Amino acid sequence: MTDSRDSVLSLRDFKVEFSTPNGPVQAVRGVDLDLARGEIVGVVGESGSGKSVTFLGMLGLLPQSATVTGSATVNGTEMVGASTKTMRAIRGREIAMIFQDPLSALNPVHRVGDQIVEMIREHQDVSKKSAANVAVDLLGAVGIPQPKDRTNQYPHEFSGGMRQRVMIAMAIANDPKVLIADEPTTALDVTVQAQILEVIDKLREDMGMAVVMITHDLGVIARVADRVQVMYAGRVVEKTGVEELFADPTHPYTEGLLRSIPLLGHQRLLPIPGSPPNMLRPPSGCAFRPRCPYVIDECGGVLPELEPVRGASSACIRAGELTLGVLT
Amino acid sequence: MLRFIVRRLLWFIPTVLFVTFLVYVAVRIGWDPVKTYVRANPRASDEQIAKYREVNGLYEGFGGYIRGYFEWLWSFVQGPDHWSRSIKGGAEVWPTLRYSLFNTLRLAGTAAVLGIGIGLFLGVVAGKRPGTWIDGLVNTTAFFVGSIPPFVSAVILQLAFAVQLGWLPAAGVYPPGHEGFDPWLMAKHMALPVFVVAIQTIAGYTRYMRASLLDVSSADYLRTARAKGLSERAVLRRHTIRNSLIPIATVVAIDIGALMGGLIITENIFNYPGMGVFFINAANDGDYPKLMPFLVIITVSVLIFNLLADLSYAYLDPRIKLD
Amino acid sequence: MTSYEPIHESAEFESFDELYEVSEQEGLDVRTLTPRQLAWHRYRRHKAAMISTVIFGILLIMVVFAPFFARYGVNEPVIPISEGPNQFLEPQSVAWFGTDDIGRDIYSRLLYGIRTSIFIGVATGVIAVLIGATIGSLAGLRGGRLDDRMMRVTDIFLAFPFLVAVIVVREFLGGVAFLEPVIGDKTSIRFIIVLLAVFAWMGVARLVRGQVLSLKEREFIEASRAVGASERRIIVSHLIPNSIGPILVALTLVIIGAIVAESTLSFFGFGPQPGSGSTSLGNLVLLSRSGATQGNWWLVVFPCGALVLLAICINFIGDGLRDAFDPKMDAGR
Repeated sequence: MTDSRDSVLSLRDFKVEFSTPNGPVQAVRGVDLDLARGEIVGVVGESGSGKSVTFLGMLGLLPQSATVTGSATVNGTEMVGASTKTMRAIRGREIAMIFQDPLSALNPVHRVGDQIVEMIREHQDVSKKSAANVAVDLLGAVGIPQPKDRTNQYPHEFSGGMRQRVMIAMAIANDPKVLIADEPTTALDVTVQAQILEVIDKLREDMGMAVVMITHDLGVIARVADRVQVMYAGRVVEKTGVEELFADPTHPYTEGLLRSIPLLGHQRLLPIPGSPPNMLRPPSGCAFRPRCPYVIDECGGVLPELEPVRGASSACIRAGELTLGVLT
Repeated sequence: MLRFIVRRLLWFIPTVLFVTFLVYVAVRIGWDPVKTYVRANPRASDEQIAKYREVNGLYEGFGGYIRGYFEWLWSFVQGPDHWSRSIKGGAEVWPTLRYSLFNTLRLAGTAAVLGIGIGLFLGVVAGKRPGTWIDGLVNTTAFFVGSIPPFVSAVILQLAFAVQLGWLPAAGVYPPGHEGFDPWLMAKHMALPVFVVAIQTIAGYTRYMRASLLDVSSADYLRTARAKGLSERAVLRRHTIRNSLIPIATVVAIDIGALMGGLIITENIFNYPGMGVFFINAANDGDYPKLMPFLVIITVSVLIFNLLADLSYAYLDPRIKLD
Repeated sequence: MTSYEPIHESAEFESFDELYEVSEQEGLDVRTLTPRQLAWHRYRRHKAAMISTVIFGILLIMVVFAPFFARYGVNEPVIPISEGPNQFLEPQSVAWFGTDDIGRDIYSRLLYGIRTSIFIGVATGVIAVLIGATIGSLAGLRGGRLDDRMMRVTDIFLAFPFLVAVIVVREFLGGVAFLEPVIGDKTSIRFIIVLLAVFAWMGVARLVRGQVLSLKEREFIEASRAVGASERRIIVSHLIPNSIGPILVALTLVIIGAIVAESTLSFFGFGPQPGSGSTSLGNLVLLSRSGATQGNWWLVVFPCGALVLLAICINFIGDGLRDAFDPKMDAGR
């Protein structure tokens, strides 16, 4: 377990609530996280689990209808309730974020080089010319060939994988301590996925940058993550190391995720039945209760907290007594 | 890009010829120039009628139309001295046309600059705070004003400010009989018509710009921009507005192209001697020598600005596949 | 080895309703609303549109049953001339909205006139939508030269100053002799409907084309093709139903556009003269020209007011429809 003193990013009881015409929606219901320098933490969950909203909320990038509570500290600076000025100083400098679809995440009418220059000049007092040169170097660092020519091109002139590299180049421009990667490979082909993950891993190594890898793809987790947090319905239901996640899951939801990976030799696909809950009225107690095969009456009681189990943390009250896992 | 421009330009000339030919056919069939000549000059002799026919190249039949068109075109491009004269009293067409053109350009130009400028500004004011009372107020007002048919607002304003209150003159460019150039007087006379046109323009562009802004506001690249640490102002300026203006530019170009057609309604109600009044009178008289130059000038203007609209869109949005 | 079974066996419950109830309580929404219901709910939330629908509905009833709601006949003088002056009377008990130059009740004439104009608007709208949706979907689906040509042609047509173009086309259509038996004479109602429809279909076509272009790439269209559906079937069964929203919005815009255009043309003497049996809103609005300069304010206020009221109502309804069918409004997720 990481000591909060060494962490570059710390979340404590982090909550996000949206006010909608139908009532308040609790998208994130108490998340804790500690991220140490240079490590990659994977955040896994289905759509709607709150994994992206957590980090968008931390950076203040959610719409007005969102209320953020709890604590989120970046190198000691508190983000929750911070002034716009403080947040703007952190965004793009201490913490950078890359998104799922690089085509829509880049402005189509600005050249790629100009967009990187914008990132640089927002936080560094340099001339346009030197920033432009740095932009070329950055493109080279992420593996884009002929960076000097390509810096004058527009986003639609790049392929999907190249575009994502551009986004990464832009993100690392100011040497951030943390890179938040929100489903960076989901929109890409499988072969390209591996390349992008390699780029991120290498940069992490070279720069000592910590990475939050948000994804729903366990394959990505297996490839790059050191530790994993599994989220469901706005809460973390399991925290563990990456190998332990696959070998010895401690939460039924995690087991469900593992079982739903299609494997050669198995004849039927085994999805988790049902669908994620409507966060307008979350189920009482454990939110996974309606879909869980191990459910007992106590599960509907108090909202379960993470408790240590066999070296991991699990929010399942039955974690100690259950034998979970994908046994062949 | 260059290839694109050249291709468009090459298409331009044949398009102009084709469309103006269609206009020629429409005018010939719609107004029957000989009949209208006779109606305007009931005591014209057969010789005069025949001469009129010949001077204006009013041949019959399909081949006759083609020949007539090219004859007309040839005399048109040679300049106003070669143009045939109006059926009313044989007056020269160009002086009146030129006078009308200048008046309309003055009126429309002022209204356009004011209208587009204020409209875009208000559109941004509303669009950058959707859901607030300012947005609601601007949007609703623009909606209401835009729903009022132009001639209604013209008539009502004329009734209110000119007739009842007598603050501003109801008609014309200058009071009847005035000579010379008097900017203050001209401004007074133009005030109401400009206002009428301008509020319609403002209403329209406010809604366009607001809609465009709202469209762009949901784009992901704005989130990226904020994630870079940009201030809201910078995001607005460099990303939101910049991208919102792309479709607007096209609209502006086309609007300008149509300007020459005159603001028929406003000019008519305020007795303002512009292209609109010119056209209505010519249309009512069936005055062929006036109709053709007028319509062709409008056509060319529309086509030129259409072309400019296309080019500007391609220039502003690099995603457009230039083929 | 555990196996995953369905959570709630339906055998546990007496009926589906019970299942839904429990599921809803636990935050598991089993039911969703159909797109049509969703649209209706969103429409209801647009207050201005709802009010406008009510107002327009009342107006519609009044004008459809005009003989019942009107106080006098279309051409009936309020007071027979033998019994006293009846021209240009101000609004009073015998004539709520005043009288015109030959003593006819403006209120009653307004009812009949609005009826005619709404008829013109709706007829134009229906024709324009039928033609426009057909051509637009064909152009969008097939692409290629048809699409190119259509876009070019409509581009240019739509760029012309509207009134100039309308007047030119009006004279042209009126001058083509062999068309007259079909579309009537220049001053007839049939004619103006055709004239306005000629302009209106283009906007609808472009709109539908845009919709089709974005729908074309969706998988269900590819699937229909793969199954061998004919072009006609794809258009009728898939493309059009999914474009209902924009088409309805376009319809409202055409309707009010036609009503305003008819009034504007009448204002300049290019409008329909419906003959002695009825009148049109445009004809009544024409009175406001002289009314303004002669100070007969009721000739300006009531016809123009009615026109503006119609315009605002129909525009709000169109706005409500746009909100109802636009999925972007659901950006809460």
